[in-house]
Amino acid sequence: MTGRIHSFESFGTVDGPGIRFVTFMQGCPLRCLYCHNPDTWEGGGTSYSVEEVAGRVLKYKNYFGEKGGVTLSGGEPLLQIDFVVELFTLLKKKGIHTCVDTSGFTFDASNEEVVRKHEKLLEVCDLVLLDIKHIDDESHKKLTGQTNARTLQFAKFLSDKGKPMWIRHVLVPTLTDEDESLKRLKAFIDTLKTVEKVEVLPYHTMGEVKYEKLGISYPLKGVQPPEKARVDNARKILRGEDDDGRIKSKITRPLRRGD
Amino acid sequence: MMQYKGWEGFVPGKWCNDEVDVRDFIQHNYTPYEGDSKFLAPATEATKKLWQIVCDLTKKELANGGVLNADTKIVSSLTSHGAGYLDKDLEKIVGLQTDEPFKRALQPFGGIRMSEGALEMYGYQIDPQVKEIFTKYRKTHNEGVFDAYTPEMRAARSAHILTGLPDAYGRGRIIGDYRRVALYGVDYLIKKKEEDKLAMNGDMTPEKVRNREEVADQVKALKALKEMAAIYGCDISKPAETAQQAVQALYFGYLAAVKDQNGAAMSIGRNTTFLDIYIQRDLDRGLITEEEAQEYIDHFVMKLRIVKFMRTKEYNELFSGDPTWVTEAIGGMGVDGRTLVTKTAFRILHTLDNLGPAPEPNLTVLWSKRLPVAFKRYCAEISIRTSSIQYESDDLMRPEMGDDYAIACCVSCMRVGKDMQFFGARANLAKALLYAINGGKDELMLDKKTGKPMQVSPEFAAITSDDALDYNEVVAKYENILTWLADLYVNTLNLIHYMHDKYSYESLEMALHDTNVRRFFATGIAGLSCTADALSAIKYAKVYPIRNEHGIVVDYRIEGDFPKYGNNDDRADEIAVWLVKTFMKKIKSHYTYRDSVPTTSILTITSNVVYGKKTGNTPDGRRAGTPLAPGANPMHGRDCNGALASLESVAKLPYEYSRDGISNTFSITPASLGKED
Repeated sequence: MTGRIHSFESFGTVDGPGIRFVTFMQGCPLRCLYCHNPDTWEGGGTSYSVEEVAGRVLKYKNYFGEKGGVTLSGGEPLLQIDFVVELFTLLKKKGIHTCVDTSGFTFDASNEEVVRKHEKLLEVCDLVLLDIKHIDDESHKKLTGQTNARTLQFAKFLSDKGKPMWIRHVLVPTLTDEDESLKRLKAFIDTLKTVEKVEVLPYHTMGEVKYEKLGISYPLKGVQPPEKARVDNARKILRGEDDDGRIKSKITRPLRRGD
Repeated sequence: MMQYKGWEGFVPGKWCNDEVDVRDFIQHNYTPYEGDSKFLAPATEATKKLWQIVCDLTKKELANGGVLNADTKIVSSLTSHGAGYLDKDLEKIVGLQTDEPFKRALQPFGGIRMSEGALEMYGYQIDPQVKEIFTKYRKTHNEGVFDAYTPEMRAARSAHILTGLPDAYGRGRIIGDYRRVALYGVDYLIKKKEEDKLAMNGDMTPEKVRNREEVADQVKALKALKEMAAIYGCDISKPAETAQQAVQALYFGYLAAVKDQNGAAMSIGRNTTFLDIYIQRDLDRGLITEEEAQEYIDHFVMKLRIVKFMRTKEYNELFSGDPTWVTEAIGGMGVDGRTLVTKTAFRILHTLDNLGPAPEPNLTVLWSKRLPVAFKRYCAEISIRTSSIQYESDDLMRPEMGDDYAIACCVSCMRVGKDMQFFGARANLAKALLYAINGGKDELMLDKKTGKPMQVSPEFAAITSDDALDYNEVVAKYENILTWLADLYVNTLNLIHYMHDKYSYESLEMALHDTNVRRFFATGIAGLSCTADALSAIKYAKVYPIRNEHGIVVDYRIEGDFPKYGNNDDRADEIAVWLVKTFMKKIKSHYTYRDSVPTTSILTITSNVVYGKKTGNTPDGRRAGTPLAPGANPMHGRDCNGALASLESVAKLPYEYSRDGISNTFSITPASLGKED
């Protein structure tokens, strides 16, 4: 089987625990206004077989240590879920820690075949980085062009299946940083049983040049990255930390040492 | 009962049994330290005041255009100048290159033109009498070399296929075992050298005569070293008795070297484990406090920071700044499994806190997986705060060099006091590839007489077809050019080092080596990644030559993509490996001066910019005049699979073919090492 790949990063340090080989997969059903990888939206990319990608990953096994491994990102890696399952199956045999970075949009609780595929994924995937872009469905639609229902369903599915997940939330001034929606998001997170960590990812403008190259107008032109106080505020709300940064709630962090 | 008072309290061994063996002394006496940095002491008031003086002088020097003062009349020698101080009453470790801080010495033995030119650039006039002496009566290294150069050597030099050759300046790279001055005292060292000279008997072949003369010069240098110390009121004829004396004697050894030589890299060796023995002895005896111990190291390092040479602006351009390469190797593991990290390894790194960050001395941690964890943490902490530590793999060097080697310049390892090297700059392999395509005609330079492209090598068959370049044909031609280049390069260096030995022999530094020294013949490679990519382009894409009016290929049209070195892609990386092996094999096939051991390095850390300026368009798409990558780095922006892929490509280069070192310049922002929370 082959997968469509955008690029590889042999020294990924921000997408999951430890040092990770990150594979960016091509294609995405969402069109997030703040997306920093618009070059992964459409089809195309380069075709690689499962064995080729696994071979690339395994070259770096010595660097992974106890925590690191492979992360599939994109784009939306689960658009190519069959490829992902086959790749992870092979990598698990080699003892590699596996992780996907997803919006969960491919999930559909009402479609048995889709559910089965995602169950198969969980058998070979150690950790899910689940990106919840907005807790409010209308806002989510404005932000991404799609509903958040599948994302939230997928979160519940992961929780029910006991699969560890990290919730990620990109913080964009005025679009995703209001206290009200952050508190709602926090309430949703509190219903999940397997959240190991909540990551607030401050919006940045490094993707802007890619839009220029692709000839797409940049939707967030002029929007600045959030100020540190806003980021701290969001972290405090989402992680349930008090003013000293201590955790009040029972969950969220930090389950992993040194993360 | 020990022979000397300075040896009391030390565990005896072979080192004190009529031998010179510093390693043996260290092994019998040092205290490995596995603890953390909590014991360290802050800068004393005296240290702060002295450092303020240095900072003020540095500002003045900058305001004055880069040089504060320069000697135009007194030729530098060990005893040429009176004592100089920053503040005599505050300094625990004394000694300056001239009689004033920041006054640069006049060192014309490498070449009078370089001395004169450097002075003129900064608005000074060399004393006419000195100029007369060094033109009429005393030949310099530079004059000797140019007397003997062949026309072909001159052509290769002016076309810059051989670049940075030490033919007009001091070759440097020699590290005296300055510890010997402290451990044995100068009288003992003189006695041993005189014994060595007595043993040089038999047929007086030119080689033997030279050896006898050199040892005689070494003895004279040692006597001058004692005199130099006496100018500062110090007697270093006997072994050091205290920690302060040990640091002072060691520094005097080094100071004598920089008074004698304006070398390209004047590294200081591997001294912390040695000095720690003296500091620990004084601490145990209750003679000094930790504050005082730190003060000795701080003042010692301060002196190393203000070592300065008078150099031309072109020279500084070649090396991107005004580097002295006072490299000090720190830590590492012993062959017996004990760490060589001591408290003084911490103390010397702590100078970066007490005095602030600085590029010199070039503090170099010999890194091993097995280093004590607390030391690793401390190194990381200081690196994050100051970006002033260099790291090198002890695990890679130790099997070959043992556990008492040091680093000259940035990566050249040598056993202290047992090895020396003949520094050989580098050959530009990227330009050589263009010569293969153009039959040895330079792609940029015209012959002044004929106005046609300059024929630098003998005339080789050029590529005449305008079809896409054929990989096998190019490689075959390239091998011919490399054969020619290696031959010319080695012989140019043979000639240069003959003259350096003859007219600017490093008698003081060599006095602090074993008489039967092992010599390395250090060649170097520039343009490795550019050449590997160019050959890869020819092999995996289609590369069409574009010619100028003389028929010289001056540009290339590339159709299709090709694998690039720096992506952990064997197709490109194997070409780089092949290049290193092929060139080194060709170097090895030649006679090397004084039976030296040929080595090569891939370490153009800064001069890659200058070499790039003199290299035309290359088949990988690099534009004429743009920089080659530094050292063994991938070409800028071509490694697109992340840091590990890039580093893995470099790691494939075979160290056994590049014993003089492989360097990779690597920057990373803290954020890309991971998140803080």
